[in-house]
Amino acid sequence: MRDLSGETLAEKYGLSYQIRRIILEQSKRANVGHIGSNLSIADIIAAMYENVLRIRSPDDPERDRFILSKGHAALALYAALFLKGFLTEELLNTFCEDGSVLGVHPDHALNGVDFSTGSLGHGLALGAGAALAARLRRSSRRFFVLVSDAECNEGSLWETVMFAAHHYLSNLIAIVDLNGQQAFGYTKEVLNLSPMAERWRAFGWDVQEVDGHDVEELTRTISGFDTTQGAPHVLIASTVFGKGVSFMQSQIKWHYWPMSDEEYRQALIEIEEMS
Amino acid sequence: MRVTFVRTLAELAERNPRIMLLTGDLGYTTLEPFSERFPNRFFNMGVAEQNMLGVATGLAEAGFIPFVYSIVTFASLRPYEFIRNGPILHQLPVRIVGVGGGFEYGTAGPSHYGLEDLGVMRIQPGISVVAPADYQQAQASLLATWDLPGPVYYRLGKDERKTVEGLGGRFELGRAQVIRSGTDLAIIAVGSIAHEAASAASVLADRGISSTLAVVAGLNPAPIDDLVKILSEFPLALTVEAHYVVGGIGSLASEVVAEHGLSCRIVRCGVRTTPNGICGSQVYQHRQHGLSSGALVDTAISQLQSISR
Repeated sequence: MRDLSGETLAEKYGLSYQIRRIILEQSKRANVGHIGSNLSIADIIAAMYENVLRIRSPDDPERDRFILSKGHAALALYAALFLKGFLTEELLNTFCEDGSVLGVHPDHALNGVDFSTGSLGHGLALGAGAALAARLRRSSRRFFVLVSDAECNEGSLWETVMFAAHHYLSNLIAIVDLNGQQAFGYTKEVLNLSPMAERWRAFGWDVQEVDGHDVEELTRTISGFDTTQGAPHVLIASTVFGKGVSFMQSQIKWHYWPMSDEEYRQALIEIEEMS
Repeated sequence: MRVTFVRTLAELAERNPRIMLLTGDLGYTTLEPFSERFPNRFFNMGVAEQNMLGVATGLAEAGFIPFVYSIVTFASLRPYEFIRNGPILHQLPVRIVGVGGGFEYGTAGPSHYGLEDLGVMRIQPGISVVAPADYQQAQASLLATWDLPGPVYYRLGKDERKTVEGLGGRFELGRAQVIRSGTDLAIIAVGSIAHEAASAASVLADRGISSTLAVVAGLNPAPIDDLVKILSEFPLALTVEAHYVVGGIGSLASEVVAEHGLSCRIVRCGVRTTPNGICGSQVYQHRQHGLSSGALVDTAISQLQSISR
């Protein structure tokens, strides 16, 4: 789609908009949910793939790794892989089709995905092991693991939080998508996680709190991390579930719900207006 | 077995820098041959088995061969989903070492018994499942499997001295080892309970009953061809395992009989009930659950009588 100046919407609005647009298009085409969770991390993913990750090619062993531990938002990741040229449009359009490697949760069978995720509380341990391996090999590559706030319900996550701090895995960076929601309710009602930052700090992590929709702030904060020595880092990224689509924002039902035709039209208009 | 295993692992690690050893805070006085020689490749992960398996998966993806060590139940059941979603679904060379199968932790009680590990591991495709019968076979199995591309589960016994007569430490993945040949029935044993099975076969021979005894130390890949051959030759086979009767060698032999249309009756000697809160020595528990040499002899005789009627 081009406006009067000949610029595509993608060029005009940047990666966040493009990721959101793909999330809506593909969710609608496949008639699946998890839209709110995907929109919640669109700006974090944009910051990662636009500015943060050092990836010359998805096959480069020295590339930074990104593990989407909240695997139910894989569509946002597929969008970024597509926009960076690591995934073809043809493949993207197989999302949730029979026989596709692009399921709702990501699988390592897909080039650009190092670890299959989807069972919450698993990804941070994978990242810690990979980060430890990099240290043993004296590699400077970094490991970013995006977890959901509800994922911090999982005891296994805190096992890794302890381990990473004990071994000073400074090349491990966790990002908590703090949208305050989980499948069946608000986190403060289901299993209170507050104060999130103090909990991670108490376990020995370097904690930074940021606006999870501010790509520039996300980028700037991460670039300030010393990933060569010291404590592991965590970004507590405050986000809005369903960010960009008014009728989805902070609404529990959009954890699972697919869109009607009218909702889809409205959502497309709103993400363009916000950009 | 575990001491021999760790010593052998340390020797392998001398030549191969990819080998690492992670423990869930267990193995005091056992792991030192490795930990003291390779302090940079040894990690006590604390009492956190899920994280241990997750970290091992990350290490394996980066090219290491991590061995994770704990008691059978803590190595297999506690982090089971991490094993499935990690080394199995990613087909990575993580080695899961469980010590003390069956009732080897005797008086420690039911929380420490390992009665379902072989079953839960065997059902997963792509993981080799190894349960040596004695320390010699433990060493041979490690030497044969340490560098396989996919994951391996090892169930190790605690005995370091006894050997199963006639086995001579032989191990071949996907094969059964026949250590006695007979004409009346087959006995098929897995793991260190093979000692009781061998003893039972000797007592039966003294009483004029001739048995073939096979030791299966690898349940996955299953020794299908060997089992078909053995089970085709007899009207009766006893399977012997310090494990629940569901999921292990008894189930495997039954599958082979059913799938190949054989006419062998399988009698599964193993554990049929929960331990019901009862602790006791391994010898006591084997007797209670029909796994002592004497109980196996009685079962063989009564079952032979029942099929001849």
